[in-house]
Amino acid sequence: MTMFRTTVLTALLTSAALASPALAAGTLRIGTQQEPTVLDPTSDATASISGMLAHNVYEALTTVDESGAVQPNLAKSWTISDDGLTYTFSLVEGAQFHDGTGFDAEDVKFSFDRAMAEDSVNPTKKIFEPIESVTVIDPLTVEMKLKRKDAFFLFNIAQGAASIVAPESAADDVTHPVGTGPFAFAGWTRGDRLTLEKFAGYRDADSVSLDKVEFRFISDPAAATAALMAEELDAFPGFPAPELLEQFEMDPRFKVVVGSTEGEVILALNNGKPPFNDLNARRGVSYAIDRNEIIEGAMYGRAVPIGSFYPPHGPAYVDLTGMYPHDTAKAKELFTESGLEGGEVTLRVPPFPYATRSAEIVQAELARAGVTVKVENVEWGFWIDEVYKKQNYDMTIIAHTSPNDLSNFARGPKYFYGYQSDAFDNLWDEIKTEADPAKRHELEKQAQTYLAENAVHAFLFQLPKLGVYRDGVDGFWASSPVLFQPLAGVSIQ
Amino acid sequence: MTTRAINLRIGAFLVIVLSAVALLSLVWTPYDHTMLSVTEKFRPTSAAHWLGTDQLGRDVLSLLMAASVNSLAVAFIAVGVGGAIGTALGLTASACGGWVETAIMRLADLGFAFPALLFAIMLAAAFGPSLSNAILAIAFINVPIFARVARGAANQIWTRDYVLAGRAAGASQFSLTVEHVLPNISAALIVQATIEFAVAILAEAALSYLGLGAQPPMPSWGRMLNEAQTLMYLAPQLAIYPGLCIIAAVLGFGLLGDGLRDVSDPRLARGRA
Repeated sequence: MTMFRTTVLTALLTSAALASPALAAGTLRIGTQQEPTVLDPTSDATASISGMLAHNVYEALTTVDESGAVQPNLAKSWTISDDGLTYTFSLVEGAQFHDGTGFDAEDVKFSFDRAMAEDSVNPTKKIFEPIESVTVIDPLTVEMKLKRKDAFFLFNIAQGAASIVAPESAADDVTHPVGTGPFAFAGWTRGDRLTLEKFAGYRDADSVSLDKVEFRFISDPAAATAALMAEELDAFPGFPAPELLEQFEMDPRFKVVVGSTEGEVILALNNGKPPFNDLNARRGVSYAIDRNEIIEGAMYGRAVPIGSFYPPHGPAYVDLTGMYPHDTAKAKELFTESGLEGGEVTLRVPPFPYATRSAEIVQAELARAGVTVKVENVEWGFWIDEVYKKQNYDMTIIAHTSPNDLSNFARGPKYFYGYQSDAFDNLWDEIKTEADPAKRHELEKQAQTYLAENAVHAFLFQLPKLGVYRDGVDGFWASSPVLFQPLAGVSIQ
Repeated sequence: MTTRAINLRIGAFLVIVLSAVALLSLVWTPYDHTMLSVTEKFRPTSAAHWLGTDQLGRDVLSLLMAASVNSLAVAFIAVGVGGAIGTALGLTASACGGWVETAIMRLADLGFAFPALLFAIMLAAAFGPSLSNAILAIAFINVPIFARVARGAANQIWTRDYVLAGRAAGASQFSLTVEHVLPNISAALIVQATIEFAVAILAEAALSYLGLGAQPPMPSWGRMLNEAQTLMYLAPQLAIYPGLCIIAAVLGFGLLGDGLRDVSDPRLARGRA
């Protein structure tokens, strides 16, 4: 918790410092691993689209700050009816799109209707599923009626998939994004870089320090290191290789910031078929693994262990890492009871360093408890098909990076967990309709405990956000509560 | 002693040492190479760990030794299987002649045109990556190579007087092939096999480096190289050791193969000397 407080404090201090007119301006070169597939977050789920464009080029009615709290954005304020079903948004004045067209309530209605339409290609339709209707009251007021209460509504509509687009330009957004944000799209050289430039017509342009932002696509950690060392990059906010951080920490030209993400890394067990439809077998796995060894070996100590499916920096977090202390003898006992002792299971691993590295350690740990693990390192496409879609696996290791994703366990036996529990489904129904945060957090705590008791998966660690920044670069979030990273508050000297 | 003779000896020495280490590792390695000890990671060379420990605290020497078995076994099986099929096809082509020969050799051309790496990736996509798929891919590239070598050498033997005499005595094509042709081309095949061993070891390392070969916890030089890639600043020795092993193995089999070819074909040696 101390670390969390420090990061919040840092964020507050930085934003206070930036409130004064920025002295330095310039070009910021950001390294990133994943190139976007298209440039429209309302049509494709690829994380890097939102990562680069949401709340930089595009904006949404609300936004989320570094602590994960909802803040006003294109909607400067809102009221919620007593029954929790009618939201009335007051929109900001003076916002305009990069192509010069003005922003008003019609754009909001257009964007939501487009996302909710039958033939919509929006990648996160569940955001819009509770919405009954969107009505324009006047050019600066929009009313939304919901079919049911949704505790996450204001948070959800801050995401890239709910970006506000203009009817004039929406069709071309996939290659030429047009939004109302502080930066306008300037160019995309496939395989190399994506360039944004400060939008002079932004309603709060004085507060934006950077003139130009370049995202450079560098997937290989060794190449990323070389580019940083050669000072060809100013920032790498999602640095992929924890083992390389030490050299940046020792180098006075750089600073290293370790924060948290929403990514719970789990050793997912296929609850839908033997051997892991048996509680004893699952609990055996939880006892067999040693989280500290995995974090030390796979993440070079740069991660926080988790005992259930909820980020340790979140408001409803309850520490359940002690429920199954590392105990090989106990694991062996449970494996014997479940008949898994001496057996073999397959661990299909997607091509992410945190996963492949953890897999080898998990394999050794389960071997000590008498279970042979056959590790298969597979391509991402194969993983999506075989593991995610066809549930053809025993175990896998994956990070779930979406916020509020306890809902995964209520997705029924068709979801790749192969898990279904009426008790949990009811719990989730209560959570998603509970408007009072205190009560909701209480329910979320129950949900975490329930999942840990049932050892649905073995919960490993929270995926860290490893940032490497050149000295003089300020304003990046240490932690990532959402996929996007607003750059309006970033400065470089 | 000529340079060629020295090369042959160096090659033979490297191969013998490598084979001895591989055999030894079957019964003894300093440590269990699967034994992780995260607190012991990145230890430098010491009396306890002659080549230090890797990023998971495993003994590097034990890993290299165990990986040598993997390398040699893959090379042996892949070249053996590919060589056997290729030789059989080459001999059949040579013995039958006519359209059979044309068909087999055109198929071999097709095989040549197919990159081994692409084949390995296809196999991995269809059946998941595994060592046996890597072996299959390497064996596949060996088939056309051996088919060509066997056919070329066999065609010469078929014109020899003793083969013609055998044929006059009523021996079948099959028995002539087995009794006279095969023994007389075996030297060429052995030389080719030794050279292909070097290629196979390199191919296995490349496939494992890409994650298409040996899967953990089975150690492999190629995978060790891959894992050491981002550790170059931290622990460069983890990349250097398996790299040296690959060089030694490829050089050893390469020199041995070249040397054997010169010995088995004195005309070539004299011509080039």
